[in-house]
Amino acid sequence: MRRTSRSVLPGFGVSLGITCTYLSLMVLLPLATVFALTADLSWAEFWGTVTNPRVLASYRVTFGASFVAALVNTVFGLLVAWVLVRYRFPGRRLVDAMVDLPFALPTAVAGIALTTLYAGNGWVGRYLEPLGIKVSYTWIGVTVALIFIGLPFVVRTVQPVLDDLEVEVEEAAASLGARRSQTFLRVVLPTVAPALLTGFALAFARAIGEYGSVVFISGNMPMKTEIVPLLIITKLEQYDYAGATAVALVMLLVSFALLLAINLLQWAARRRVEA
Amino acid sequence: MSIQVRHLRKAFGDFVALDDVSLDVPGGELVALLGPSGSGKTTLLRIIAGLEPADQGTIHFHGEDATTQPVRERQVGFVFQHYALFRHMSVFENVAFGLRVRPRAVRPSEDEIRDSVMGLLKLVQLDVLARRRPSELSGGQRQRVALARALAVKPKVLLLDEPFGALDAKVRKELRRWLRRLHEEVHVTSVFVTHDQEEALEVSDRVVIMNEGRVEQSGTPEEVYERPATPFVYGFLGDVNLFHGRIHRGRVNIGPGELEAPDWAEAQDQDGVAYVRTYDVELGPTPGGPSSLEAVVRHVRAFGPVVRVELDLLPGGTTVEVHLSRDRFDPATHVKGGRVFLSPTQVRVFARPM
Amino acid sequence: MATIAFTRPATTAPRAITRATGESPAVRRTLTAVALVFLALTLLLPLVLVFHEALSKGVEAYLAAVREPDALSAARLTLLIAGIAVPVNLVFGVSAAWCIAKFDFRGKNLLITLIDLPFAVSPVISGMIFVLLFGMHGWFGGWLFDHDIKIIFGVPGMVLATTFITSPFIARELIPLMQEQGTEEEEAAIVLGAGGWQTFRRVTLPNIRWGLLYGLILCNARAMGEFGAVSVVSGHIRGETNTLPLHVEILYNEYAFAASFAVASVLTLLAFVTLALKTLVEWQQHRADAERTEDVPPAERIAA
Repeated sequence: MRRTSRSVLPGFGVSLGITCTYLSLMVLLPLATVFALTADLSWAEFWGTVTNPRVLASYRVTFGASFVAALVNTVFGLLVAWVLVRYRFPGRRLVDAMVDLPFALPTAVAGIALTTLYAGNGWVGRYLEPLGIKVSYTWIGVTVALIFIGLPFVVRTVQPVLDDLEVEVEEAAASLGARRSQTFLRVVLPTVAPALLTGFALAFARAIGEYGSVVFISGNMPMKTEIVPLLIITKLEQYDYAGATAVALVMLLVSFALLLAINLLQWAARRRVEA
Repeated sequence: MSIQVRHLRKAFGDFVALDDVSLDVPGGELVALLGPSGSGKTTLLRIIAGLEPADQGTIHFHGEDATTQPVRERQVGFVFQHYALFRHMSVFENVAFGLRVRPRAVRPSEDEIRDSVMGLLKLVQLDVLARRRPSELSGGQRQRVALARALAVKPKVLLLDEPFGALDAKVRKELRRWLRRLHEEVHVTSVFVTHDQEEALEVSDRVVIMNEGRVEQSGTPEEVYERPATPFVYGFLGDVNLFHGRIHRGRVNIGPGELEAPDWAEAQDQDGVAYVRTYDVELGPTPGGPSSLEAVVRHVRAFGPVVRVELDLLPGGTTVEVHLSRDRFDPATHVKGGRVFLSPTQVRVFARPM
Repeated sequence: MATIAFTRPATTAPRAITRATGESPAVRRTLTAVALVFLALTLLLPLVLVFHEALSKGVEAYLAAVREPDALSAARLTLLIAGIAVPVNLVFGVSAAWCIAKFDFRGKNLLITLIDLPFAVSPVISGMIFVLLFGMHGWFGGWLFDHDIKIIFGVPGMVLATTFITSPFIARELIPLMQEQGTEEEEAAIVLGAGGWQTFRRVTLPNIRWGLLYGLILCNARAMGEFGAVSVVSGHIRGETNTLPLHVEILYNEYAFAASFAVASVLTLLAFVTLALKTLVEWQQHRADAERTEDVPPAERIAA
């Protein structure tokens, strides 16, 4: 393990200096503006802005759609991770690499592609429309877009855990008389649950801030499909800096809380494994 | 419940793990499958359990064909080398697992389960740790939980895969004794795999020695040790010296000298190998018998109840190892550089395969 | 709190689950089919659509859209921004990883959390904070206006926003990697008389090269593809303050769908290259890891 070897290895001062300077200027200072500007508002003003019906509606859309999307990703992400880890099929390696596509693809590209796909005359939309399911310009469309960008988070978080599962534990369960479904529910799932939770949190955190992939398919109708990021932009364009900041502050607080939760989850998971 | 294995064959790709293996395990006995790595013993165990399908051959439990029966129906208890305990469950829940997953119709009530589980935990002396998680237990304790868990479903057969392999020497010895006592109390037909000959010979009623996918010999510990059937068994059990030579009319010429081989009285100029156990040798200042060989002492290690003497035969320099008990050790003669005469008291000669 | 190892290398070979204790073949086939259909619907379909739409007016229209002056200047701007953001974050990432991984000091966990912050911030908010700082009504807005310096609605603002957004990528890859590698090799080099920079170049760099490359690839992909943050700080001025993603948006909003998708297809190809490079680097990292553990004697390997 490492000793406190500041004196032996050089470069501590320089590296720490660069790091702290950079963080202060690039990260802390800009973020501080949000808090500073919000402090300018009186509590009443802040509360009034944040509880404005249009703002509340946008929170509902953003958090609601993100939650559903993260949920869908948790279920299907587990399935995809399972199939990739446990089964063999032609093209498995290619599929595995493709799972990272939402990470690599610019969000605007995803946005216009999904919008076109699910529009009334789109490749998928044309089958759903007659069934009465409208995807583009609805809340469902927002969710679909968020499913796209959140998928890799769950799959990549769950894959290593599935990979590490001891075969013997499942064999033990089988030798004790458990059916395959029982083994999965009682033995495998509890072991994977922490990773699933972390994946869900990561997908959710990403989804609530997402802009590019959503803004095209949502139609941005206030009170109906307006997402919080777009609302912030609208306020900025109207030079309502204070309003934009207030709305953003709520988002920041939620994001930071999620970051904290995710870190704690991972820390707890590491402790359980190390014991 | 007895086990009958007939003509089992199993290959993994090009590697033949089991080559026509047949075996009988009488009901209620504790049998050891002993052999080096790669001998096929674990594969055999797993096939009996149903964790691995055989390519050819049959398995019968007490006369009933179980060859294609899925593992969960075989009513076998399996104990893994690395315990395979359910990490997210407590000790109690681990042991209760097999009872809790039974179909509704045959599932015991929670009270009955609690009684069974606590009874088993008392048997393995872990009842006070019932609420602990596996991560809080030592290796030896974990293995006892694994055993209790396997016994909870009242298996007809208990299979153990190198159950003490992951534990240190002292714990291993303790658990060995404990397993023997447990078997005497519970009397389930048990088969365990080990590469540790001391373990196999000490604990079991019967030893099956395997090598390269085949059964070399099957018998009581005394039988396999005193009357090894093949060169492999002879060499595998106990420490032994090997001499290559030519067999002719009841004697083996190993170069520096000759050894008596009364079993081979009619042999005519055959290639052979003579085995002499390290303690089946007398060392004296004068020739002792018809099979005496002259040698010079190279090394003496005199600690503990057994003295190890390393010698080089004259002429030729073939190294021989001899183990002498304290009372037979003579510091005057058995000293580095001293010349002695080696007289084997027991020699076993096998013809070399063509 | 240690930095989350954000993306893990893809798994290599599937576990050999024996027939005896696995799912029945029918179940396996069904599950595989469902997973593949889901992936096809979610990932494949949009991809195919991009190229289909891009070529819907023919190859010539496609090439024209891609070679159009505004598109080219958007491409240039994208490259410029990435060309600044990535090296800056490389220096930052390496510095941060060096002081965090090789030294002990108070506040280390706080530092790690701060490094993670930009990840937790929505892209739009990331752009907004720079508008708050440098915009017309921002803190420095007045001063900048007086000196006729344009940051917001200009390239500098876009560079800043992109740099902010992509700052954690390289640091997050390097920190756990360098922590895992420890300080022994560097200490050995110092004892043998190597200087600080030499030690870094000859000892540390070879060990971290795959992680570094991985971080660079991710950082670059994000820098080139960033949309939300850049959209906020850009003036959306064609030919001047548009990156490729913004150009895609403009074309789409003008109903020039084929052209929009044409430019989008270029970005998609870039994404493919990113994925391919990423996979390559992961394989190399995996091989390097395997080689390292082979050199370690078994007893130590268990203890490690």
